[in-house]
Amino acid sequence: MSAEVVTATPDLTTRPSTLRIILRNPLSRTGVVLLGLVLIALVAAVVIDWVAPDAAWKADLYQLNAAPGTDGHLLGTDSGGRDVLVRLVVATRATMFAGVIALVVAVLLGVPGGLISGYYGGKVDLVLDWLSSLAMSLPSIVVLLAIISSLGTSMWISMTTLGCMMAPAVFRLLRAQVHAVRNELYVDAARVAGLSDARIISRHVLRVVRGPLVLMISVLSGVAITVQTGLDFLGLGDSTTITWGGMLSEGFAAMTLNRVLFIWPGLAMALTVAAFFLVASGARDALQGIDGGSTTAPPAPERIRLTKVPTSQSSATPAEDEVLAVRGLVIGYPSGDGLVEVVHGADLTLRKGRTLGLVGESGSGKSQTAFAVLHLLPRQARLSGGEIWLDGTDLLALPRRERERRVRSAIAYVPQEPMSNLDPTFTIGYQLTEPLRARGVGRKAARERATALLTRTGIRDPERVMASYPHQISGGMAQRVLIAGALSTDPHVLIADEPTTALDVTVQAEILDLLRGLQAEFGMSILLVSHDLGVIADLCDDVAVMREGQVVEAATAENFFAHPRHEYSRMLLAAVPAEHEVRAEYVADRSVRQDAAPREKHS
Amino acid sequence: MVRLLFRRAVAALVLMIAVAVAGFVITGLGNSDPGRSILGPQATAAQVEAENHRLGLDRSQVEQFTDWAGGVVRGDLGRSYLGDRPVTEKITNYLPVTMSLVALSMVVIAVLSLVLAVASVSGRAWVDRCVQLLAVIGHVLPGYLLALLLLLLFAVQFQLFPVFGYTPIGESPAQWLRGLALPVIALALGSVAGAALQARGALMDVLEADYVRTLRSRGIGGRSVLFRHALRNASPAWLTSLSLGFVALLAGAFMVEKVFALPGLGTLSVEATSSGDRPVLMGVVVLTGGLVVVVNLLVDLLQMWLIPKARTA
Amino acid sequence: MTLLEIEDLVVRYPGRGGARGRTFTAVDGVSLDVRPHETVGLVGESGSGKTTIGRAVLGLAPVTSGRIRYDGREIHALARAGRRELSSRIQVVFQDPYTSLNPAMTVEEILVEPLRAAGWSRGAARDRVVDLLEQVALPRGAADRYAREFSGGQRQRVAIARALALEPELVVCDEPLSALDLSTQDRVLQLLIDIQERTGVAYLFVSHDIALVRQISHRVAVLQQGRLVEFGSCAQVTTTPAHTFTADLLLASPVADPARQRERRAQRQARRDRVTSPTSPITVSHTPDPGRVP
Repeated sequence: MSAEVVTATPDLTTRPSTLRIILRNPLSRTGVVLLGLVLIALVAAVVIDWVAPDAAWKADLYQLNAAPGTDGHLLGTDSGGRDVLVRLVVATRATMFAGVIALVVAVLLGVPGGLISGYYGGKVDLVLDWLSSLAMSLPSIVVLLAIISSLGTSMWISMTTLGCMMAPAVFRLLRAQVHAVRNELYVDAARVAGLSDARIISRHVLRVVRGPLVLMISVLSGVAITVQTGLDFLGLGDSTTITWGGMLSEGFAAMTLNRVLFIWPGLAMALTVAAFFLVASGARDALQGIDGGSTTAPPAPERIRLTKVPTSQSSATPAEDEVLAVRGLVIGYPSGDGLVEVVHGADLTLRKGRTLGLVGESGSGKSQTAFAVLHLLPRQARLSGGEIWLDGTDLLALPRRERERRVRSAIAYVPQEPMSNLDPTFTIGYQLTEPLRARGVGRKAARERATALLTRTGIRDPERVMASYPHQISGGMAQRVLIAGALSTDPHVLIADEPTTALDVTVQAEILDLLRGLQAEFGMSILLVSHDLGVIADLCDDVAVMREGQVVEAATAENFFAHPRHEYSRMLLAAVPAEHEVRAEYVADRSVRQDAAPREKHS
Repeated sequence: MVRLLFRRAVAALVLMIAVAVAGFVITGLGNSDPGRSILGPQATAAQVEAENHRLGLDRSQVEQFTDWAGGVVRGDLGRSYLGDRPVTEKITNYLPVTMSLVALSMVVIAVLSLVLAVASVSGRAWVDRCVQLLAVIGHVLPGYLLALLLLLLFAVQFQLFPVFGYTPIGESPAQWLRGLALPVIALALGSVAGAALQARGALMDVLEADYVRTLRSRGIGGRSVLFRHALRNASPAWLTSLSLGFVALLAGAFMVEKVFALPGLGTLSVEATSSGDRPVLMGVVVLTGGLVVVVNLLVDLLQMWLIPKARTA
Repeated sequence: MTLLEIEDLVVRYPGRGGARGRTFTAVDGVSLDVRPHETVGLVGESGSGKTTIGRAVLGLAPVTSGRIRYDGREIHALARAGRRELSSRIQVVFQDPYTSLNPAMTVEEILVEPLRAAGWSRGAARDRVVDLLEQVALPRGAADRYAREFSGGQRQRVAIARALALEPELVVCDEPLSALDLSTQDRVLQLLIDIQERTGVAYLFVSHDIALVRQISHRVAVLQQGRLVEFGSCAQVTTTPAHTFTADLLLASPVADPARQRERRAQRQARRDRVTSPTSPITVSHTPDPGRVP
């Protein structure tokens, strides 16, 4: 079976190193270069400190506020006649050191806290979360000032404090991430498989967390550097060490004499922060590339095939009773350097007053076809061929606006998942009357019509339901509301995309009965998209089977179920559980068959 | 619903109390000697002791705290060590500047971020790039550095705005606005992009939601979908980033004030820090912490109003 | 002789409004048992508590009261360490093969994990992986691939292989087929049956789909809102149900035959009209039952 063939995109199996992925991105490359400069400055600072410890203090009294380039002073001199470049380089060390202290404290507090809180929850989580919201209610600068006033201007103390103030950000991030992973089924599976908590955290949780954590650390290192510089700029830093902030403060004081002096420390700081940020963004993307972004996303379309747009076989107007006719429909999505086609020339015919079941497995293109008819395809989708005839007019030949108008006045849509198809922020009543109001119906008339429709769809107390929000009603009721909403625009075609898949079977039976009754009453034509042959058998007059973007068989329901023509249809019908087939009776003392797998234990 | 409101209010109150305790504890960590710093090095030990006694500093920490906390509840933040003025009076003199700065910046951030987010989901790619660039600039250039650049460019180089000075809004709203224009730009620019990115991400998610497709199938136009349905559903992420932005703004304001020589809370606190004026600092901690708690509570309430499901959580 | 015995199980969750909120009773006094080599199907609608029972057996849901005995030993109150010992005896296959496999791990890493946790050497574990892939009919080359590269059916095979790694005596299958396409569903179901025939593993098979449960189960338990309404042999429960809810369930689940569906609709209509006389005998089918073992 084609669905069971192992399919894979080849580049996933050869894994380039994280560093190589980082270097692939030009922005991250810039970041790496900048980071290199910072490291060079750091080394230079240490060397200067060792070779000529007072170089940064040496004043050239004949060269106060010298312009850049003067007399061997590459970046000029400050108002004390000292060389700006030397001071800038020397200051790198203190500033970096300050950043490291704050960061280490933030990570040491935030990471274990976040892991424990997110993984175990409970009382510890309550306490830690409350502490973090306390810390987040205090502007960090105010706390820093208070600490400095009571404990002095030592960089150790202020940066440790800053680390404590930044820890909640790390904590919150980790807690949320870990909490999300904690509820993944694969963590449950690991627990059942007998893994210890420590092993689960290190193998499953940390992998997911490390990407965002790297980015967070880079952002916080930027924050630490800017806050430290800011403190020195306010004149509350450690006055015995040279820092960019101190230089900034001096430059600001001398602005009227030397306008560019403050630029240099500012630039140094900005570029350093940028370096961390760019490298970390690259690293995050690289880690995500390896880990695979979302865990729940279904695999990409398995078959990539580019077909020529088929020339439509018959462009004749459909017969009188063919309310809806799809001819040679081609739908594709842009991907990389081409178009991935998901529907390759589908043909469908829906006759007046009948129900057409569109059957297919996932990825067959049945929903895409339905959305194309409804003019609801995602923005990226390309309708690259075919015709959609509605009441004798080819919709695709019409201008967009006219097509929209015709579709909306004739076709209604009943979706699959009732809960996610109601806006959670508005009452049911509002959502039912909104389309009517948009069509110019008065407020009172709209309410009356909505109430009547709810009653018709089998809701006993429509007034109460109208006043409810979606989360206050059950799934079955929500689907009735959606059917009422579909009917509100007086359609003569109803497209229902797996309308009962998300419902319990007993509710499903009621909804199917409801659709049947409504069709008889309003004379609608229904296109029912479903994977469930039982539902199709229950409701449909005609059946079309889709497979890999094409309709492989179209027949009346009687003929389809009794004498399927296409091999694929026969395979589908054979897979349906037989109505009366039960498992052979249980035998208590049955011994395991001889050819069974060996059960001796390896160790 | 009422019970939930009550619970939120109680939680906020508890947090306020904790903020006050924290303020008292962190300003009193060192073994400073206010009597000595007030009277100067010439004073005798006895005089210093008498001064400390007058300030009530010879009592136990618990006694001092209950005394101070009792005052806070009555709206009395004690007296400043410098000039013996009530802290409340000092703060009321300096608060309007900071509040003007922060409030104006909040408005700028809220409006601009929303406009940018809407423009960017409406399919304007250049807006997207602008927002991303702005986000990097906001991260790399802290408010005070931006303030210095703006000061150099517009006030010193071209002299388009007053260099220094603050005019109360009561005297002349136009002058008030003119004086705050540069500081507000410096303060707000960095946070605009962050809030815009949050709003944009949330809007993109909502616009891909199933109910948006269903609304469209009923003939609801793109404009109604975006402004009536999508914005409301996307609001929590945006509001959260605004409330986090508020704390950052308060901090940023302290430094921007220095650049533009604005007589705000920052100036007051830096002064108090250098001179070891503990009552003023405690007052600033309680006030700013209280403001943050109140803003967060308001954001919570706003969310409960916008998102009905939040009312049951 | 029984393998698993559930006695008067109650699972309650605290309500959403914190400690003072109302509690939610997911499972309310359920008793059932599973014998060695047997499949017991657990059927019910959403909110019936069927999944919670499976999770309680696995130690993933809190047991409020009642007992769960495995091989004569009480396991409902075991600490993590004791629980870990059971990992080689009770295993699980979850519903959603997209979230039950870590997307960042290769198939080999996924399969080796439980073996290593049980103390197997690296080499022995690798050999076992080859064996396991064969058992679930996946190619050998699959070992080096990431789980995310596979289709739903293939992923579910990987999940089954992981469950079989430690040769358990009982596998809790929590809706293992409901995320799969019809044709894949049929093949995976057949695979589960084959594995049972070969290895003699017992299944607690949780599903909303009574048609599937009928195919694999020896006995079927029907749940409604946390309570057990019926528990008996598969043939009895699915052809001559004792409880009206079971009959409702059977009649509501559609069959792929328009003529039969018409009949069943009429039957349902008749039952609705007859609601006033609940004592009337319930028979689901007028046609003789060809699959029933005499």
